Amino acid sequence: MSDEVTADIQTTHILDLAASGKRVDGRGLDEYRPIVLDPGFVVTADGSALARVGDTTVLCGVKLEPGKPFPDTPNAGVLTTNAELVPLSSPTFEPGPPQPGAIEVSRVVDRAIRAAETIDLTKLCVTPAEKTWVCYVDMHVLSHGGNLIDTALLAAVTALSHATLPRKRFGIADDDQPLDVQHLPIECTFVRLGDSIVVDPTFDEEQAAQGRLTVATDETGRVVAMQKGLVGAFSPDDVKSVVRRAFVHGDRLRALVKGGRT
Amino acid sequence: MGSVGAKEVPVLLTPDGRRIDGRRLDELRPIQIQAGPLRQADGSAFVEWGANKVMAAVYGPREVHPRHLQQNDRAVIQCKYNMAAFSVDERKRPGLDRRSQEISKVIGEALQSVVFTEEYPRTSIDVYIEVLQANAGTRCAGLVAASVALADAGIPMVDLLPAVAVGKVAGAIALDLKKEEDNFGEADLPLALVPQSGRLVLLQMEGHMTEEELGRALELGVGGCRDIYEKMKAALRTRYAVTPMEATP
Repeated sequence: MSDEVTADIQTTHILDLAASGKRVDGRGLDEYRPIVLDPGFVVTADGSALARVGDTTVLCGVKLEPGKPFPDTPNAGVLTTNAELVPLSSPTFEPGPPQPGAIEVSRVVDRAIRAAETIDLTKLCVTPAEKTWVCYVDMHVLSHGGNLIDTALLAAVTALSHATLPRKRFGIADDDQPLDVQHLPIECTFVRLGDSIVVDPTFDEEQAAQGRLTVATDETGRVVAMQKGLVGAFSPDDVKSVVRRAFVHGDRLRALVKGGRT
Repeated sequence: MGSVGAKEVPVLLTPDGRRIDGRRLDELRPIQIQAGPLRQADGSAFVEWGANKVMAAVYGPREVHPRHLQQNDRAVIQCKYNMAAFSVDERKRPGLDRRSQEISKVIGEALQSVVFTEEYPRTSIDVYIEVLQANAGTRCAGLVAASVALADAGIPMVDLLPAVAVGKVAGAIALDLKKEEDNFGEADLPLALVPQSGRLVLLQMEGHMTEEELGRALELGVGGCRDIYEKMKAALRTRYAVTPMEATP
């Protein structure tokens, strides 16, 4: 990944504005960009959703196929998440094997889905130790305008919420069945800009940021995953205040996921 | 042309000349082209063609990576065609495969045939094509998207490059095959046309055709390309239309 060159004047401008409680695009420090969720975007997938947060676009496709369970979890299904930061989405991405940035996105999203027990994996078991459903969650980043993690998880949970177990196609039952989603994790990402901590950073704000913190919450009031990224530091009080803000945003974003198209 | 195991062959052509989706032999699937949907890219296009959904983005002219590919007298066009894992019925493993690499090469060479690369020596024009939903004809849809994206990026070209596949279905020459026709048909022939010169810059073929059938297939394909050409121009006109507000001084 080649480094994106951000002009000093741009970074300084972002930091100066943040110090007076403002942002380049006119948002408040605790305000998301407009969010659009489009479930069912891809018919070749068993569940799919296009998620847009401002200029950032992630397409998620869920595929369900029969496979073998892991030997240590014979009664559980298999969940695999993968994010592709294809070079189409940003001038800074290059073709080739997944870069650390892409791997971090898929791992942080994977952790939230897994830890929140979004899907009850035991319900994916068909025959213990022999046959189970393998759930592939593939996220395709189409446009990187900052805050990939939140956008990717929104696409993933929306796709999962609209997914169908293709039981008929694989001869497992006579009819298809909606995939059972038991919890809806939402990730909220914040970056430090000087003394301010702002939610939903743009690409330029991420370049200027002095630390990034992602908090995943679910609807039962649990924190299910966190990730601190980029160079920078947060105090324990910063973390507590970010978690409180993540719960508030989480509730609103979850309502968007449940409502489907917004 | 992929064999699909023991699946039954569907009725591909009715006695009155209608195809599996009701089209006539010389009829294209519905095509929608949007120029410039991606903000980060220098140029972009989204093509919905039947049940295909393809996004293309162009970056450049910019520095060449890796450096040894640099040409002193012209730009290089580096094209990458990629399919999303969920774009096909059976999940495709992410990453490079031989088919994608071959398609990337022939699309890149087709584009290189019409771009004035000598205008930008020692640079790279990077063309990325992402197939999000596939239903036969993705290389043609990808090339159409890439061509509109290049125009959207303001890169000078001889002409836009419309492309379409012609095939042989139940013994008849048919325009723009969809998935069932591609799987169970007898031949597939994708081509891309330079409308100004009437020449072909992409041409592949797989299957069986007689010389006479091939001649008709080429004619049908060229005619299809001319229709697609109009849609490509219309997409660019829509993108760069001057609204009355902007027109007032």
